[in-house]
Amino acid sequence: MIDILINITLLAFLAITSVAIVRLTNLFATIMLFGIFSLLSAGLFVVMDAPDVAFTEAAVGAGISTVLMLATLALTKGQKKSHEEDYEEKPSRAHRPWLPLAVVGITGAALVYGTWDIPGFGDPDAPAQTHVARYYIENAMPETGVPNIVTAVLASYRGFDTLGEVAVVFTAGVAVLLLIGGKRPKSSTSLKGDGGQDET
Amino acid sequence: MKPNLILHVVSKFLIPLIILFALYVQFHGDFGPGGGFQAGVIFSAALILYALVFGLDAAEKIIPSHLLRILASLGLLIYAGVGVVALLLGANYLDYTVLGSNQIAGQHLGILLVELGVGITVAAVMLIIYFAFAGRGRE
Repeated sequence: MIDILINITLLAFLAITSVAIVRLTNLFATIMLFGIFSLLSAGLFVVMDAPDVAFTEAAVGAGISTVLMLATLALTKGQKKSHEEDYEEKPSRAHRPWLPLAVVGITGAALVYGTWDIPGFGDPDAPAQTHVARYYIENAMPETGVPNIVTAVLASYRGFDTLGEVAVVFTAGVAVLLLIGGKRPKSSTSLKGDGGQDET
Repeated sequence: MKPNLILHVVSKFLIPLIILFALYVQFHGDFGPGGGFQAGVIFSAALILYALVFGLDAAEKIIPSHLLRILASLGLLIYAGVGVVALLLGANYLDYTVLGSNQIAGQHLGILLVELGVGITVAAVMLIIYFAFAGRGRE
């Protein structure tokens, strides 16, 4: 019972946050709301008994990505163009809200219709639980001696997958270094304006 | 940046605790929630907080960026190396059972090393990305 209440509260906050993100034009406030959105999602994961995922969501979603977006914001303008400016550039006739609204509405209705066939949360007979999950639950402790099954699956049973994930993280770091990481020439002409931005 | 006494004092108090928590998440991941990914991110968050409060140059004095590049590669090498060691000991790639005297000990050692590799790489890459972004803003 208390779970349902917490779920409803968190989902309501999520909805409010997303509406606020769409409506705000101040990018700083938007980034803060993104962080709050991630934190609320992390709370939902905790309610669903997935602390490992909640941990990652809170640390990466609410922490690091917020800082990275703020760092990006510091390099760019802090204000999104208001809607009026947008409309001035394009004739307002080109903007028809009904087609996107219909697409979103129909897709959403189809997804909600799809949820009727989804087995209940935590149902042991759900297709997702009957394949390898039972094997992990029964054998992870005697085979690896690690009480946290998530860690046993992540690092041992699916070790090769995780190696790939680490390689992806490493590749992302290398890509960022290649794109914007290089040492910039030390103020050869001491450009403080826009001209200094495109040297690498 | 103008020095702010409250920020300095509070962050000096918080950063050791964040690093301690990161190490706890790293090495306690076998028993509780957590693991290399989360620990790496938390560890980098501590250093990013330091960089935000004390400036990027001070943070780069603690961990120079060439060291970060070595660490990012080192973590991935540790992970892949554990697999190669298992291969040399006559088992399948990343089969940790042969690393210890019995299966449980081998798995424990393997998971610990692999998670350590994950943590080092994730922490280093997060810092590389942050330094790269924050470094663009200087002058």
